[in-house]
Amino acid sequence: MKENSLWKDAFKRLIQDKMALASLVVVVIYSLIAVMAATGLIASDWAKEVGASNLPPSAEHWFGTDIFGRDVLAKVLHGTQIAMSVGLFTSLIAIPIGVILGALAGYFGGWVDDFITWLYTTFSSIPNIMLLISITMILGKGLFAVYIALGATSWVTLCRLIRGEVMKHKEREYVQAAGAIGGGHFRKLFLHILPNVTHIVIINTSLQFQFAIKSEVILSYLGLGVQGEPSWGTMIDDAKLELARGVWWQLVGATAAMFLVVLAFNLLGDALRDSLDPKLKGK
Amino acid sequence: MIKYIVRRLLYLIPVLLGVSFIIFVLFNLVSGDPTAVLLGKNATARQMAELREQLGLNKPLLDQYFDVVKSAFTFDFGRSWATKQEISQMIIQGAYPSLTLTVPAFVFATILSLIISLVVAFYRGKGIDLFVRFMCIAGVSVSALAYILFFQYFFAYQLGWFEISGFEYGFPDFVPFIALPAIIFVLLSLGPDVRFFRTVILDEIYQDYVRTARAKGLSEVVILLKHVLRNALIPIITYVVIQIPTLILGALLLENFFSIPGLGGITLNALNSSDFPVIKAMAILSSVLYIILSLVTDVLYTFADPRVKLK
Repeated sequence: MKENSLWKDAFKRLIQDKMALASLVVVVIYSLIAVMAATGLIASDWAKEVGASNLPPSAEHWFGTDIFGRDVLAKVLHGTQIAMSVGLFTSLIAIPIGVILGALAGYFGGWVDDFITWLYTTFSSIPNIMLLISITMILGKGLFAVYIALGATSWVTLCRLIRGEVMKHKEREYVQAAGAIGGGHFRKLFLHILPNVTHIVIINTSLQFQFAIKSEVILSYLGLGVQGEPSWGTMIDDAKLELARGVWWQLVGATAAMFLVVLAFNLLGDALRDSLDPKLKGK
Repeated sequence: MIKYIVRRLLYLIPVLLGVSFIIFVLFNLVSGDPTAVLLGKNATARQMAELREQLGLNKPLLDQYFDVVKSAFTFDFGRSWATKQEISQMIIQGAYPSLTLTVPAFVFATILSLIISLVVAFYRGKGIDLFVRFMCIAGVSVSALAYILFFQYFFAYQLGWFEISGFEYGFPDFVPFIALPAIIFVLLSLGPDVRFFRTVILDEIYQDYVRTARAKGLSEVVILLKHVLRNALIPIITYVVIQIPTLILGALLLENFFSIPGLGGITLNALNSSDFPVIKAMAILSSVLYIILSLVTDVLYTFADPRVKLK
C-alpha cells in the first residue's frame, strides 16, 4: 500500500476545499505581482504623469488618476510590492526568534523557560500599537523601521505556541527513542521535535502576513511607514482630502486591493489549520 | 488564594523592570540625540549641550534607567518637551474624551458580540451561521481606515447626521461628537469578537456534559445560557479584560479622524513633535495597566470556575 506523507495529505485536503484553493491562488497572484513590481517588470513608472489630474476610472486608466495625474492602478501595484514585502520581512524576523526561543523554553524548562517566559510576557505587556509607534519613531520613519517594529512585536505569539507544543512532544516515545540511541539535545530538538511542530509555523505565518499588511497600512497612514513612494496606507491618507471633492477611486483601489489579499490570508490560515491539524477540524 | 495573589503581585516586579528596560533601551540608548530635532536646524552646539543638560540626558545611564523604573511606580512622568505641561495632568485631561468614547462603545460591542455569537452557536452550521462567519472574516479584512473614512464622509459630511469632528465636554453636549466614532468602534469590534466568542462557545458545545444535559431533557436554550456560557466564560473574560489597556489609548485612529482631544490625540501629537517623555509615559501607563489587568483576570477565573485551584 502506498502511503502519503503528512504534507501530501494536508495539501490534498487543502485543495479539495474550494475556498482555500481560491485563497491560495489569490496569494500566489499577489506574490507574483509583488515580485514583478520589485524587479521593475510592472508599475515601475508609477511616478510618471500619464494624464490630467484626478481623472475618474476609464478604459485607459482602470483606477483613474491621482491629483498629480499619475495612474492609480500603477500605484496600487507598487503598493502590493510594499505590502507583501512587509509581510515577508516581518516573518523572516519573527519566525527564527519565535521558533528558537519557543523551542529552547519548551525543551529545557527550568531557568531557561523562566527567562524566556519572562521575556515574552514583558514584550506582550506593552500594547502592540505603542510598541510599534515607539520603535518606528526611534528608528526613523521608513520601511526598515516598519519591518523591525512588526518583527519585534510578532514573534511573541509564535514563541508561546511553539513552547507549548515542544513541551508536549519532548516526553513522547519517539524522542525518548532518539535519546536511547545516543541522540543529544541538539539532535532531539532540531531533527526530531521541530519537524513535528512546523505546521504551527505555517498556520501562524499566514495569519502573520495579514496582520503585517494591515499594520503597515496604519503605520503608513500615521506617516511612520514608507516615505516618498505609494503604499496602500498613504493612498488612503490621500483619500482623506479627496473624498469631499468626489474623488473616490484612490480609496476604493487601495482598499479593494488590500481587502482581497487580507481575506485570502485569513481564509488560507483557517484552511491550513483544518488541513494540517485535523484534530481541530470543525472548531 | 491570598498567597497566590501575593505571588502574582511579586511577579509584576520583574515584568515591570523588563518593560522599563525595553522603553529605556528604545528612548535612551537607541534613539539619536533628540536635541537636534527639538531645536531645529540652526541650533548651535552650545544650545544643544545646554538642552541635553536640562533634559537630564547627560546623567549616567543607570540613573536614567532608574528614572524610567521610578515613573512606572509613581506615575510621575515629568514634563512634556513640546508643551512643557505636566504629563500626568495631560493624561488626566485626555482621559475624559477618550473614555467617553471608548467605554460605552466597548461595553456595547462586547454585549452585542456575545448575543450574536450565542445566536449563531444556536443555529450552528445553518445559513445564518455561515453568513455571520463570512461577514466576520470579510469585515476584518477591510482596513479600519476605510471604514472610518467612508462613515465620516457619508454619515457626517453627506447626510449631516453627526458632527464631522470636534468635542464638547459635559453629558448631552458630547453625544453628537462621539456617536459616530462610537458606532464605528462597535462595528470594528464585532468581527474579531464574534469570531472568537463563537469558537469558544462551540468548543464547549461538543463536551460530554452538554450531551448529559440534553439527555436530561433540557432545552437547547437553557443548555446554551446556563451550561455552555458559564463554561465559555473563562476565555471570554481573558479576551475582554486584556483589551482594556488599548482602550486608554482611546481609539487612536478614531480620535485622529474625528479630532477628539483624547489620549490617542496626545500620543499622535507627541509622535509628530518627537516628544519622547509623552510617548514613554503612554507606553509605561498602558503596560502597567495591562499587567494589573492580567492579574485581575486570573483572580476572576476563581469566580467563573471554582475548579480553578490557584496553586
